[in-house]
Amino acid sequence: MKVSIPTPLRQYTAKQATVEVSANTVGEMLDKLTGRYPELRKQLFAENGKLRRFVNVYVNDEDIRYLENGNTPLKETDTVSIVPSVAGGSVAVNSPLATTLSNDEVLRYSRHLIMPEVGMTGQQKLKAARVLCIGAGGLGSPLALYLAAAGVGTLGLVDFDVVDFTNLQRQIIHTVEDVGRPKLDSAAEKLEAINPFVNVRKFETKLTSANALDLFRDFDIIADGTDNFPTRYLVNDACVLSGKPNVYASIFRFEGQASVFATKDGPCYRCLYPEPPPPGLVPSCAEGGVLGILPGLLGVIQATEVIKLILGSGESLIGRLLLVDALGMRFRELKLRKNRDCPMCGANPTIHELIDYQEFCGIRGEEAPVTASVPEIQPAELKARLDNGDNVFILDVREPHEYQICNLGGYLIPLGDLPARMNELDSSREIVAHCRSGVRSAKAVTLLRQAGFGKVRNLAGGILAWGEKVDPTVPKY
Amino acid sequence: MALKISKGTWEQLRRHGEETYPDECCGVLVGEADGEGVKSVKGVVRCGNLRSDSPHDRYLIDPRELVRIQREARGRAQDIVGFYHSHPDHPARWSQTDLAEAHWTGCSYVITSVINGKATETTSFNLMANPGEDETKYFEDEEIRVE
Repeated sequence: MKVSIPTPLRQYTAKQATVEVSANTVGEMLDKLTGRYPELRKQLFAENGKLRRFVNVYVNDEDIRYLENGNTPLKETDTVSIVPSVAGGSVAVNSPLATTLSNDEVLRYSRHLIMPEVGMTGQQKLKAARVLCIGAGGLGSPLALYLAAAGVGTLGLVDFDVVDFTNLQRQIIHTVEDVGRPKLDSAAEKLEAINPFVNVRKFETKLTSANALDLFRDFDIIADGTDNFPTRYLVNDACVLSGKPNVYASIFRFEGQASVFATKDGPCYRCLYPEPPPPGLVPSCAEGGVLGILPGLLGVIQATEVIKLILGSGESLIGRLLLVDALGMRFRELKLRKNRDCPMCGANPTIHELIDYQEFCGIRGEEAPVTASVPEIQPAELKARLDNGDNVFILDVREPHEYQICNLGGYLIPLGDLPARMNELDSSREIVAHCRSGVRSAKAVTLLRQAGFGKVRNLAGGILAWGEKVDPTVPKY
Repeated sequence: MALKISKGTWEQLRRHGEETYPDECCGVLVGEADGEGVKSVKGVVRCGNLRSDSPHDRYLIDPRELVRIQREARGRAQDIVGFYHSHPDHPARWSQTDLAEAHWTGCSYVITSVINGKATETTSFNLMANPGEDETKYFEDEEIRVE
């Protein structure tokens, strides 16, 4: 039967406006069509395999949505037309005029609508709201999921990372099948599955001083779910400069913090932390670990604060730092006030544009890794020496609980205890120090060399590299 | 990049917006594209606005009408080269909604600003897509040549 191809798609069908296909159903026809013209597939279908919502398919004069969708039967004399929708409007989606709720939405949000504190007006405010979530990871997962479920009209997501296996312990928007995929694609799919009424906008980019202000322009509220200090300062400053509130949360091991920064009369992040900590002092989740549920708890607190700002109800965390101790299950608060002398948001601000945040946090871009200046031995060479029966002493400077995960049979002195226990080591022997990835053991080697140990070297890449290059049975962690 | 249109057709397009004011009008531009960036509008087809829930600031053309219009145009060796709609009491510039809902790359989107019932400015925008990136599309200003 004839398949009529609309103008915008003819570049993918060798310029043909009509294509002949033989098929018994619409689904079969589309398979054959995209088989013949593979570039058409991405234009017609979303990643979840469904037709993009603006693609209409007509069999003669009937929309397949009112027939049997992909199973709609076809006869040779039928004409199938692919017709992208034509629509538009004179005001942006966030205008109050644009937020009437359809019957489907009224039913979906009924549990909101029956509460006078939300009601139709509140739900319409949610629909009109545009929230930008920085990060689709630990905090971003619960944050975005709940904002989508609540009916926030436009959700922007900023993340350039790819889903890693170790993320699944806490980044609940991603699943096993998403490992290796960009986090944005994985996240957007789940959000659309929960609530197709949400306009999910993806920004697969690193947030930088060059793009932050432009990105923030189209949104009303920014939710910071990032995992590093330079970006936290960047988000804060860009929020103050753009006049948008910054709903903030952070997590570390078993504790978290949450607040709302960058409002006109309230404090900003710099009022609380005028200076970043020295680089390397505060470990990342990969270095220090984090209880999986913790970002869940804090992310939903963030979502709650976003929604309260939109609705204009309740008592916001503006001017309050919420401190969460998950192990003790205690919630404390610190009062925060705008620092009158704050260079960013005070009475006489001195910062009027975004700066180099890597530099501000003391991270020199292409800094030589601390391991490079220390004498090293590669895993393969160590293995060869051990197999040869050489008298090499292996010093493990990790923590006892790490030793339980996996070990090379080394002598365990955690790095923190090394200065006090150096006398347990024989400086006449050849020593190879190792840790998980080679960073701590490099420090150990430096310490030992300074103390006069001449024959000590660092196992390059630590036990992770050993597992990769010498013994694959050693588990990675 | 330019859109050629006869004076009569151009006035029909603008008058449609005056007639439907304060609601948005919408319709299809039928004609030919020369393959080098110039489209010639041979005729306009008025369409109904399906957005009866919000017609003063939203429009939606029934896909069924698009199917019919395309079929009839092809019968005359012509094609759909674009669409037009009006912005009641609003500038003749594309909005975020216009861009979000635009999917006919290569086609012209013509907008007429109708202030207090009178058509003022009419502008045209060509929908462009960055090759290979299906998420990014944008409107490029297009010259209208009324002849």
